[in-house]
Amino acid sequence: MRKTAIVVSLIIFAALLVVTAFLIHPFGDPPSDMDDYIIANTQRETGANNAVTAVVFDYRGYDTLGEATILFTAVTGVVMLFRRRKRA
Amino acid sequence: MMMSKIVRTMTHLLVPLTFIYSVYLIMHGHLTPGGGFQGGGVFASAVALLIVAFGSQNIHKSLKEHHLSILESSGALIFIGLAFGGLAAVFFYNFLTGSSIFGRIPPTGSNPGDIWTGGVIPLMNFAVGLKVIAGLSAILLTMALATSLKEVEE
Repeated sequence: MRKTAIVVSLIIFAALLVVTAFLIHPFGDPPSDMDDYIIANTQRETGANNAVTAVVFDYRGYDTLGEATILFTAVTGVVMLFRRRKRA
Repeated sequence: MMMSKIVRTMTHLLVPLTFIYSVYLIMHGHLTPGGGFQGGGVFASAVALLIVAFGSQNIHKSLKEHHLSILESSGALIFIGLAFGGLAAVFFYNFLTGSSIFGRIPPTGSNPGDIWTGGVIPLMNFAVGLKVIAGLSAILLTMALATSLKEVEE
């Protein structure tokens, strides 16, 4: 019973992967006009020459806030796990 | 626990260069590849070299975890404060573009770049760099201290 459930779910997962692989857009073909817009307007709108940094800190700054939160959580966890305990 | 004199001398030579390179990566994040995260990682690698060469106990005398945590929290606060600064338009709006602080607009197309551009992006790079420097150094120092303590107990 459990084995058949595992096999069926694996088959469904593999089928989903295969369908996604066939539906994915062709390699090198941009899925939207977003990247053209960013390349054309980054320097005028943000004043930054580095388009990657402009996307990371300006257009998708909210994403970077999440990254910074992840780093903060990691530091908190490591410092909490490796804190020095008082000798008993 | 210190390593040999050769390693310590090479660390003395390499660490200032690495620190300068990390600050360069952070402050030129809006012009060249790099930025706060990468520059902070380079800085933390220099701290790792210091810890390996001189031992975590010796480094801990001048670099405490609570100082690093203050640095990290202030970096996060600067970052979120700059994000809230653009709240008149939208969260994370670049409100300094065109103003007198980091406000020059470069010409569109390939150009060598100007440090005084980018609006809030250089300041955010600085805040994130501060945060990553302090965070990764705190992680390295805490883990090194924990392992060295275990060696002493055994």
